[in-house]
Amino acid sequence: MDIMQSFRMTMKSLQANKMRSFLTMLGIIIGVASVIVLTSLMNGLSKDITSSLQSAGTNTITVNIPARGSTRTFGVSDMEKFVAETPDLFKSFSPSVGVQITAKNGTDSVDTSATGVNENYDEIQKTELSAGRFIQYVDVARLQKVCVIGSYIADKLFGGNVYADSALIINGSSYTVIGVLKEISDSTASSTDDIVYIPYTTATRLAGNAFIGTWTLEAASVDKIEKAMTAINSKLYTVFNDEDAYRVFSMSQMIKMMEEVTGSISLVLVGIAGISLLVGGIGIMNIMLVSVTERTREIGIRKALGAKRRDIMSQFIIEAAVTSATGGVTGIIVGIALSLLASSAMKMTTVQSPNSVLLAFGVSVAIGMVFGYFPAGKAAKLNPIDALRYE
Amino acid sequence: MIQLKDIYKIYPMGDDAVHALDGVSLEINEKEFVAIIGQSGSGKSTFMNIIGCMDVPTSGSYLLDGQDVSEMTDDEQAYIRNKTLGFIFQHYNLITKLTALENVELPLVYRGLRERERRAIAMRVLEKVGIAEKAQNLPSQLSGGQQQRVSIARALAGDPSIILADEPTGALDSRTGREVLDFLQQLNAEGKMVVLITHDMGVAEKAKRIVSLSDGKIIGDKEVTQWI
Repeated sequence: MDIMQSFRMTMKSLQANKMRSFLTMLGIIIGVASVIVLTSLMNGLSKDITSSLQSAGTNTITVNIPARGSTRTFGVSDMEKFVAETPDLFKSFSPSVGVQITAKNGTDSVDTSATGVNENYDEIQKTELSAGRFIQYVDVARLQKVCVIGSYIADKLFGGNVYADSALIINGSSYTVIGVLKEISDSTASSTDDIVYIPYTTATRLAGNAFIGTWTLEAASVDKIEKAMTAINSKLYTVFNDEDAYRVFSMSQMIKMMEEVTGSISLVLVGIAGISLLVGGIGIMNIMLVSVTERTREIGIRKALGAKRRDIMSQFIIEAAVTSATGGVTGIIVGIALSLLASSAMKMTTVQSPNSVLLAFGVSVAIGMVFGYFPAGKAAKLNPIDALRYE
Repeated sequence: MIQLKDIYKIYPMGDDAVHALDGVSLEINEKEFVAIIGQSGSGKSTFMNIIGCMDVPTSGSYLLDGQDVSEMTDDEQAYIRNKTLGFIFQHYNLITKLTALENVELPLVYRGLRERERRAIAMRVLEKVGIAEKAQNLPSQLSGGQQQRVSIARALAGDPSIILADEPTGALDSRTGREVLDFLQQLNAEGKMVVLITHDMGVAEKAKRIVSLSDGKIIGDKEVTQWI
């Protein structure tokens, strides 16, 4: 019996029971659609994270020294000396002092965080300004009350109109806005545009604590990162004599870690969606079993007319596979539509990968065949006289 | 040619056993028109299933054109049914989802013919039984007599040498029933072996030979002499 014939028979019986066919497919539709939506959301998320990490420069190394209570310290002059001694490994460095602040202009205010940095920071992080200038050496040396603000702050507090002498009130004292950063992400709260840079000397005073816990260093080049990390590690070990007193990590490590994390999250999510595919498959098996029982007489007639076991078998397997594949295609369409909707309505980045679409389709066909196999075998084994006698 | 020798069909029923066929031996030659007559429970349905290669005897041998059917696998029997036998059932047994034409095509589908050939043959036999204009109708859109013609067309589509008719007039009014019987006579005249299973002597008399079954045994085998 040729495939086309089986295919046409299948379409007929699907059309004959529209509601039942739809309900049977629903499990597969939901399963496939959720796989597609979840993978495209996760792909979008990891793309967002990676690109925002990459925009911060790939040859930066971050040093964290959470050493409270230690008598040993590693200050600005120590870092200056270290970087100056290893010019083949490091280009420059900047302290990074985080302070929680309330920024105000007139009656508008936002709670955000200021980062105290030195004049090298914009070079290290490849920050770009849309207006004004970045913090300079004199600002640091003189503890100037100046700041560079992100586009979110500029929009929120100044309505986008920042002038050369605009003043920003940070925790009660007035800072001159000397520069505005270009928009990096989408100018929303807590994004990379929600940022205020001030000289680190000013920041330590604002924080009331001269301790500098975070450093950003720029390696001489990307391929020197490994060596540079080893150098700073051994330097810090000689200072603290304790590996747990500090942490050194590079941006490329961070990207890798993030990718691993998002990768395993998406595996878990796809696994959960996969369970609904499994349930959908069982639904198909259930309906196929009912269908075999309902069509016992038809099977008997076909057998009397010379259908061999494999003819009956292939008819039912094709029916299950076509049902499942129709569900799969519908699921793909629904899934792509939903993820496009999510990206336009909820401003989420989604990335549809053709691989996940192909995989979803393949899996849905396979599910139909696997779960159709048992009912089809049952049909094929029917005895023609018993089947003909069946009412 | 059908050769049955010492055919027993025994169904176990608890401690007892029912002998549906109890030592039946019979030969039917090519181009014969035989009626198998018996009351219900006489074993005629079992007899029909066995010569129709849908069931195997408990013991005894059944040679169909010299081949031993009881030794065959399911699929080999399916092949014989497809090639050598054409069935006409009391309740037509058409597949309700398929049009008359598609029903007639079915044996040819299982023979592996291409669609164009199938269609041509199916149309030809539908014309032969005089119902070509209903080719695209579903069985539910046809009268009983028309459905039985479609089922005759289906039995003929594979050009079998043997036509097996199981109470073909049982569900029809007497006029339509007579038409069907006339048609069976015509087929026999064209050279096909026709085996007609019935409980009705009036129907059986249309055959050339009548074999009577009772309690699984042959109790009579006579030529019909008043054949015109």
